[in-house]
Parts: sequence; C-alpha cells; structure tokens
Amino acid sequence: MSDTEQTPAVPAQAAAPAVETVDKREPLLEVDHVTLRFGGVVALNDVDFTLYKGEILGLIGPNGAGKTTCFNAMTGIYQPTEGQIRFRGEKISGKKRHQITRMGMARTFQNIRLFPEMTALENVQVGADAHHKTSVISALLRLPRHWKEEREGREKAERLLEFVGIRPRMHEFARNLSYGEQRRLEIARALATDPVLLCLDEPAAGFNPAEKEELLQLIRQIRDTGVTVLLIEHDMRLVMGVTDRIVVLEFGKKIAEGLPAEVRDNPKVIAAYLGVPDDAA
Amino acid sequence: MTTTVNPPTPEQQEGIGVRLRHGREAVANRWHHAPRWVRWVLLAAVIVFFYALPNKEFYQYLGPIPTPGANFTQVLFTVSIYVLLAVGLNIVVGFAGLLDLGYFGFFAVGAYTVAVLTSPSSNIKTLWPWLLVVPIAIALTMVSGVMLGTPTLRLRGDYLALVTLGFAEMIRIAAVSSDFLKGQRGFNQIPHPPGKYADGKPFFGVLDARPYYWLVLTLIILVVIGVRNLTHSRVGRAWISIREDEDAAQLMGVPTFKFKLWAFASGAAIAGLAGALFAGKQNFVNSQNFELLNSIIILAAVIFGGSGNIVGAIVGGGLVAYMIERFRGIELFGVELYEYRFLFFGLVLVVMMIFRPQGLIPNRRRAAEFKDRRKEVIVGE
Repeated sequence: MSDTEQTPAVPAQAAAPAVETVDKREPLLEVDHVTLRFGGVVALNDVDFTLYKGEILGLIGPNGAGKTTCFNAMTGIYQPTEGQIRFRGEKISGKKRHQITRMGMARTFQNIRLFPEMTALENVQVGADAHHKTSVISALLRLPRHWKEEREGREKAERLLEFVGIRPRMHEFARNLSYGEQRRLEIARALATDPVLLCLDEPAAGFNPAEKEELLQLIRQIRDTGVTVLLIEHDMRLVMGVTDRIVVLEFGKKIAEGLPAEVRDNPKVIAAYLGVPDDAA
Repeated sequence: MTTTVNPPTPEQQEGIGVRLRHGREAVANRWHHAPRWVRWVLLAAVIVFFYALPNKEFYQYLGPIPTPGANFTQVLFTVSIYVLLAVGLNIVVGFAGLLDLGYFGFFAVGAYTVAVLTSPSSNIKTLWPWLLVVPIAIALTMVSGVMLGTPTLRLRGDYLALVTLGFAEMIRIAAVSSDFLKGQRGFNQIPHPPGKYADGKPFFGVLDARPYYWLVLTLIILVVIGVRNLTHSRVGRAWISIREDEDAAQLMGVPTFKFKLWAFASGAAIAGLAGALFAGKQNFVNSQNFELLNSIIILAAVIFGGSGNIVGAIVGGGLVAYMIERFRGIELFGVELYEYRFLFFGLVLVVMMIFRPQGLIPNRRRAAEFKDRRKEVIVGE
C-alpha cells in the first residue's frame, strides 16, 4: 500500500513486478491497485486483480459494491485516481474510448443501450465498422473500399446475429425487439468489434431460468471462440456455473479471489453476499 | 433484487398519430413492394414535373398552386434554395442529432464569399467570375464549419445550440457593421452564372428566374444522391449511432468527434453552395438577407418534414417555404395574410407536434428490409 497520495505513477510502477509473479498464463487485463474517488466517496479502494487470456472471470458483489464502477474504469469511462489499468500491456488511461475498443475490448451495458432507431443488423454493423476505414470521401464517391467493407460488415453482422440466435429478426428496429433479444443483440454488437476481451455487465438481469441457461451456453461458446470474458453478475448460480475464477468486491474493496468453489466457501464472501441461504430452493 | 422487465411498448398512446402513420406506412409498403421499374418511372415523373413547373404554359393549369401575390417562378427559386438548405441541415440535425440553430450563418458565409470576390463594390475588387468562386465559397464554408465545430462539438445538446445561435448572430452583425461586408448598402453587380443561348443572349439573365431554378433543382438532385451515399454507409451509421446514444457509439468504436465534425462540415458545404447560388441569382447581397428567423425556419422545415429522412427534409423545406410565399396577396377581413404568415406557421407547427411529432415523412429505412423479407419468404418455401 502506498502512502504517497495523489501520485499514481510511482507506486503503480513499484507494484507492477509483484503482479507478474509465477503465473505462466498470459495477463490480458491488469487492474493494478486502482483507487477511484468521486469527491469524498471512495468508489474503488485499492482494487487489484488480473484477467488472463482465455478465461471467464466473474466479478461479483452485493449492490453498490463497485462492480459497474470498476467496469467503467476498465473501459476508460472513469480515470482511476490512483493505480492504473493495463490492457494487453498498455495503459488504458488517456486513451479515447473508441481507441480502447479498437484495441480489443468490448462491452455490453447493465441497462441496455442499443441504438433504438436502427435495425438489429445496423446495430451490429456499427460494431463491425470499428475496424473499417471508409470515410466521407470513399462513401460519397462509392469507392471500392466502401463496397468491400460494406459487404464484409454485412456478412459479419449476419453471422453474429445467427450466432446469438436472432438473425430472423435482423431487420427489426432494435427498440421493437423483445428484452431477451435486445440483450443478445448487445452481445452481437460487442462481438462485431472483434474483441479480445468481452465485458458483460449483468447480461442475465431480468432473465428467467431457461433464458439464463441459454445465456450460459452462449457465453461458453464465446469463450470457445477464443474471446476472454469478464462477467459481472448478480445471480450466483449463473456465476458458479460458467466462470473459471471469481473476484468478489464489497464496498469498493476486493474481499476475495479464487476458484468458484473456493469463493463460495469463503466466510467473508458468505457474510457479505451469500449471507441469506436462498439458492437452495 | 429483481430487475423489472419492461418490454418495449412503442406508440401506445398516440391516437390519431398512429392512424396517420398506418396510412403512410401503407403508401411506403406499396412503394417498397413496387417493382424497380415502377419506382424509377414514378421518380422520373416527379422530376419531370418539377422541371416543367416554372413554365407558365404548364402551371396555369394547376389551379390554386401558383402564388397569387408573387411571381411564381421567383417563388420556386426561393423554395428550391430552402429545399437545398433543408437537405443540408438534415444531415446535421436529422442524422447526427446535433442541434444547430445557426445554420443560416453558413449560407451567409457562402453568399458573402461570392459577393466579396466577384462584386465591383467589394473593397478588394478581384472581380473573379462566379463559377470560379463557387468552389471557393463551398470550401470556405466548410472551413468555417470546422472552425466552429472543433471547439463546440465537444459540447452536447443545449450548449451546442447556444453556440451555433451565437455564430449566426456574429455573422449577421459583422455583415451589418463591418465596412468590409458593406452593411445595408451591400454588394451589387454580382455576376450571374455563365452560359449563353445560341443567339448570344445569356442563359442566366435578370428577369427570368427559371434557369436559376433549374440549376438549383439539378444541384439538389446531385446533393441528394451524395447525401444518400453518405447515409447508406459507415458514415451514416456513425451519425445515426451518435444521435441515438453517443456514449454507446464511442464504446462501439465510433470516433464520434470526427464524425460530428464531418456532419457539420458537410452540412455547411451545402449551405455554402446554396449561398453562392443565391448571390449569383440575386445580383445583390446585403445584411438584410440573413435574419436569424431564417435559421429557425429551416430548422422548423426539417422537423416538420421528418428529421432524419431525406425525402422528409425535401418535402418539409419545400412546403414551409412555399406556404410562406403562398400567403402573399391574400386578404382576409382587410388584412393581408402575409403579415401574419409566421403566426400561421407557428400554428401549423403546434398542430404537427401534437398529432405527428415525428414529422410528415419520418425516418424509416426499410427498403432493404422489404427486399430481404421477400427473399427469405422464397427461401423459406
């Protein structure tokens, strides 16, 4: 812990070697002793964990634990007050949001944020456009690049809509899709940006058990395509069923980290989060 | 904790609006289901109609359409300029969702560029020909768009509206008070576009407004093709995604600032073109041509026609400009209606906002959808 306040660079570098310990897995996202304050409120307090390539990491915690804040810091919406976040070895802070997306990080939103007046297909095409270069001139004059990228984007979008299972609805406006379809569309749109890391912010919120099961299936399939998944979730059964490792936050602090079984039996976690024996039913 | 599920229930309480929409959608359906050649023939017929419209031999049979209080061909020219402006502003407001209250400022930049560089009453007396100056005017308006946009497009919503409003006023006040821009006295003898008839008489004369109208009409067609190319591409998707949810767009990899600037610059370029055409026709430009009200009228026209839809912008711009002129020369209880034109105009807008807030022809991009659906039906069987 550093006592030199407000000077993020020095303690962060000092802490860096400690993170790359004996683990032979390739770190993809390093949350390095991140503290985030909003005025007097400490939203994240020295949170520190690493996400490795190819895994599904669950980030859990009771309401207000700082999960979404942590998420927003990772995707570059908030700048950490102290510490730093590195994605593929590069510092996130100071990068523009669209640059972070192009580096291979994609996300969905807790409260769905699609482009409601665009069709499902167009929503996904926007994601695919992240790596396209067609600009005003080539679009205006319909240069070959426009046609090529348009065709590629369209094919990719249709493939992804097929993958998440809503291709028949692709010409529907996003706002006319059912709740479950909208959630799936968000995933397809995020996947269209060719992410290395896909961050899902409570993707199962509002789902019934059958839908949750389908979602689990989908998340596993996504992982099998080589995409690393970070999952923020409330539903313990879902988290236990799909994640490789779990990080638990409470009041902005990390209170536990480990395999699902370990975390489940951790008394701190039980006290903080699983206190009520409800999952038995 | 349970999260409440709110399935989207669109357009539940809209009453008449819904019925109107069904009517329009029936028309739209028929249009999209019509064979390609039928659509081309209809489109060609509409274009031919508008080319023929300024001829007296044609419009005298059109009943109440010609304007009683003004030269109809002059009115048509004015209307066509408004249509061009509406198409341009529609990019900024309708597609990218940026509220620009000072759009007419760009029109002024275009008109004044032409005036300063061509008129003998200008201080610099370059006296260049009109045609040479048009690209310069367009380029300069684009530059002014980028200059205005670079600091302001980082702002959102209300702030942008205020800054653009200020910009238009700045241009107007500069025109009124600076010696370089000649204020009320203005610039005269601005040259007309080039071109001669076989007998040596100039094609673009002083009295006949028809050639100017045809020129603007032709340019509208070209501009619409260009705008359509943009909106049916990565650029258009980026614009719409910014309008729909700017944060989400950024996080999906859209360089939002860059595309907002492009929207601003493209809109400005079209306004610059319109300004250059206006100056070339009027022969005279002074500070009275650029009242703030014009910016509001064009914005109203875009919203009236259906923000985010090119056809809507054309219809909106055309109808609004035409309605204003149509009131000229009509007397009711001893008062000329033209004096109250903006009152009626306001009334129409209020009625529109109540019954049809999405505009006459709202943004629906379904052509591809219908085409695909038919394909799918065939495959499905």
